[in-house]
Amino acid sequence: MEIKIIKDVLEANNNIAEENKSIKDERKIMMVNIIGSPGTGKTSFILKLIENMDIPCGVIEGDVASDIDARKMAERNIPVVQINTGGACHLNANSINKALSTLDFEGGILFIENIGNLICPSDFELGEDFKLAMANVAEGDDKPYKYPLLFSKAKAVVINKIDLLPYFDFNKQYFYDGVKTLNDEAEIFEVSARTGEGFEVLAKWLKKKYSEYVQGK
Amino acid sequence: MHELSITESIVNMVSDEAKKRNVNKVTKINIVLGELTGFEEESIRFYFDVLSEGTPLYGAKLDFRKVKAEFKCRSCGMIYNRGNFTFKCPYCGSSGVLIEKGKELYIDSIDVE
Repeated sequence: MEIKIIKDVLEANNNIAEENKSIKDERKIMMVNIIGSPGTGKTSFILKLIENMDIPCGVIEGDVASDIDARKMAERNIPVVQINTGGACHLNANSINKALSTLDFEGGILFIENIGNLICPSDFELGEDFKLAMANVAEGDDKPYKYPLLFSKAKAVVINKIDLLPYFDFNKQYFYDGVKTLNDEAEIFEVSARTGEGFEVLAKWLKKKYSEYVQGK
Repeated sequence: MHELSITESIVNMVSDEAKKRNVNKVTKINIVLGELTGFEEESIRFYFDVLSEGTPLYGAKLDFRKVKAEFKCRSCGMIYNRGNFTFKCPYCGSSGVLIEKGKELYIDSIDVE
């Protein structure tokens, strides 16, 4: 006998993500889920971005192990919580739920640095306002074609290490075409966390998104 | 690795359903899996054998219905599936847009004794 079920396998995670959404909305926090491969420069990117922001920013650091990244944030007096997944390849809504309960932060933008991975984090909603997908010049221009789910879901796409463009065969048109096919509305930003190039434009865009978020509340 | 938590969800959801309906044996679980999700069939099967032990699901067959991502050509309007390293329309070579298809991950139905 066949019994119809039709239930999303990620239902349990999604329910907690919805709960996270109400928690962070009460505290007027816009939450940005940053997803990129290991070594793409997520931590340096966040540090440079916060330097360019004139609204309060906090960080949830996700790593398999260690608190190296969280210490870098804390040294600059950025409110931060470290999550160690102990092997798991992505953050889930439950880990964010716990982090939100310990983080003393409200009225600003909270960046979540997800585990360095382009696959798994894309499947798990955390209650974020939007995802920011990060690629970089050195890892190649084919990332949207190889990891379509991430780029199809991200509102913002960042190409980091743009200062390396003269040294790599990174075909920008091919990259842009891939992103636009998956996601016509994605905004693409070219930055270098090393030189600071492109951050002014991105910070301006984020500030606009934050004020839209606050007005919508 | 991330199939572990997904398989846990599958086992828990189907176990709950079986309990609710007084089912002693689930023989098949029919799952719909979109091409764009990062989930890999073989890994789910592997974890399933371990996680379902001692439940009415143990030994159940996992059936995956794969859903391909579909794109619509901006120029000729044809619906097509992607190539390996290209998203271009195979009919006219223009760019397309992703149609909301291929992101599915749900339990469609179960077969029980």
